[in-house]
Amino acid sequence: MKKITIIAVVLLLFFSPSFLFSEGAKEKKVENKLEIFSWWTAGGEAEGLEAMFDIYKSKYPDVEIINATVAGGAGANAKAVLATRMQGGNPPDSFQVHAGHELIDTWVVAGKMEPITFIFKDNGWMDVYPKGVIDIISYKGEIYSVPVNIHRSNVLWYNKRIFQESGLTPPKTLDEFFQVAEKLANMGITPLALGDKNTWTSTHLLESVLLATLGPEGYKGLWDGSTPWDGSAVRKALDNFVRMLKYVNTDHAALTWDAATQYVIDGKSAMNIMGDWAEGYFKAKGLTPGKEFGWLPSPGTQGSFMMLSDSFGLPKGAPHRENAIRWLTVCGSREGQDAFNPIKGSIPSRIDGDKSLYDEYLQSAMKDFSKNAIVPSVAHGAAASEGWLTKINDIMTVFVSERNIDKAVEQFSKAARESLGK
Amino acid sequence: MIKSRGDLLRAFFVVLPSIAAVGIFIYGFIGWSLRASFSAWDGIIPDFTFVGFKNYLEVFSNVRFQKDLWNTLYFTFFFLLLSICWGLLLAWLLDRKVKGEALLRNIFLFPMSISFVVTGVVWRWIFNPTVGVNALLKLLGFSGANWGWYTDPTSVLKFHLALIPVILAASWQLTGYTMAMFLAGLRGIPEDLIDHARIDGASELYIFRRIILPLLKPITLSAMIVLGHFSLKIFDLIYTMTGKGPAFATDVPAIFMFETTFRGNHYAEGAVISIVMLLLVAVVIVPYLYSTFRKEIKR
Repeated sequence: MKKITIIAVVLLLFFSPSFLFSEGAKEKKVENKLEIFSWWTAGGEAEGLEAMFDIYKSKYPDVEIINATVAGGAGANAKAVLATRMQGGNPPDSFQVHAGHELIDTWVVAGKMEPITFIFKDNGWMDVYPKGVIDIISYKGEIYSVPVNIHRSNVLWYNKRIFQESGLTPPKTLDEFFQVAEKLANMGITPLALGDKNTWTSTHLLESVLLATLGPEGYKGLWDGSTPWDGSAVRKALDNFVRMLKYVNTDHAALTWDAATQYVIDGKSAMNIMGDWAEGYFKAKGLTPGKEFGWLPSPGTQGSFMMLSDSFGLPKGAPHRENAIRWLTVCGSREGQDAFNPIKGSIPSRIDGDKSLYDEYLQSAMKDFSKNAIVPSVAHGAAASEGWLTKINDIMTVFVSERNIDKAVEQFSKAARESLGK
Repeated sequence: MIKSRGDLLRAFFVVLPSIAAVGIFIYGFIGWSLRASFSAWDGIIPDFTFVGFKNYLEVFSNVRFQKDLWNTLYFTFFFLLLSICWGLLLAWLLDRKVKGEALLRNIFLFPMSISFVVTGVVWRWIFNPTVGVNALLKLLGFSGANWGWYTDPTSVLKFHLALIPVILAASWQLTGYTMAMFLAGLRGIPEDLIDHARIDGASELYIFRRIILPLLKPITLSAMIVLGHFSLKIFDLIYTMTGKGPAFATDVPAIFMFETTFRGNHYAEGAVISIVMLLLVAVVIVPYLYSTFRKEIKR
């Protein structure tokens, strides 16, 4: 008898955690919550997110918002956490994801997302979002995410003092860039700052050079197979890229992007090609746009707007679906975007943002956004799947130090075949 | 002491939860990874179609993985060599009844209490080519101090020079640990054994080589095993310090596994890398476990 009691107790102890958990799961559904998953943990991003939360709270005061953030630049760590949660059948109500192929190839094709075209139609958003943006967030005719902001990838930032003192003009084309860079190098100033400890920054530089060399249509064709990776145009682009590397700081492999931007602030380097989140960094260091630092589309990409966007989607099985739909409505509204973007340092993904809320740089970006050819950035998940991007980053890691164009062309072509062939 | 079958049964049920936990969370998941490594799982959705050794071929033919294996080999070798030699030296010196021994012992042991992540960030700046040791040396008048350290992609016999700063940082962190182990070992050597040798006219060096070293052999082996499996699995230190490095100069299988699986969503290939890592660690651990097990049986 005694034995049986002991066995029973042991078995009960062993299985009790599962009873507890199943109980908890049932309870959770009833609670009025909204869990938002993002990698916005610091600075303007976190404050911008809070500003959108405030709008949500003023509209739906009963809902308790859970701000589930995972730190790490460009969502490197957050993506791993998210994948685990989604595979475990425990999705957040809505999560941040780069609009474009990162969303589509990873989550939509896998059947993990709900189409949200109805939110766009119900709110009359089809006319206020540019067609280029709708194309990037759509798959087989359905829209899958609400982009809350637009960042521009192809921006050249420069130190105004250096250009004034040297009497040089900031370069508009690749040819001008090489001329200016040569002169700066002779003066003992590092022409271009790069910080590629994390490889994405060299991929970031490459996409600007690809766009400049191939033009917007040719560049877009790389991602659907209509532009060959082993053609002479890509070869020319890689050649330009290698020539550019001659003008970067020697310690680039030790730096992150922000340290490279700091080189421009300190006057150690004259220029930096980085997305427009760099503007937030300049401003955080007390610099005024247009006064100490200036900007242009990266050399040779005038008339093109290479975009990336943070967006929120609706995962299938979101525990609080109604609250999530309300959240997406706030994300896409003019009010929500005008609250988030001036703080985050990006522009609204709608064309009717209130220009007076934005600073000089962002106003110029809004102007370009409404007029330029919109192309997706590859380094930030808009143009290609994450699997393809990982391969491109691996190729870049070697290419930046070996600078072997033939080998790179061969590897890029192989990666494209594998990724498009699927 | 187990007395009866009833006792045996009760004892069995007491350990049952941990057996189950180990069975599921260790061996179960090893089996799961093994299965994934032979599958066609590429993307977020699991796909367990059997594809044989295709993923293994893919991973082993990847230049990055080949570099990773060389890096692991060299890293492990130099890391063990440095930590053990320095640890032994420190322990030997401390064992000479120096003043303030307790304080010194704690100072040497202290780095171990720091997380690898912190060590990584600190040493990244120490070896930064513009502001780190290079700047210090230049300040002291060595104008030729322009080494690239971990930003330098050159390699000699497949050994990437960029690994040197990483090896230094790792050994800095774990030398204290080997020192503590050796110190314990030295304290266990009977005084009179050494005194006798001294009376017989043996020099200090002779005593060290012929008496101390042989008696420390089991400790050295344990230290090698512990440090060895650390270094084969190392991730956080390198990830925060240098990342994969220029042309994968400081890349290791753990980083490749993380990026392949969680960035690229190539789950099957990620599983292959982790299985290979497991085998590498097994090569080190299993003979050790086997020999310990045999000793226990003999007793």
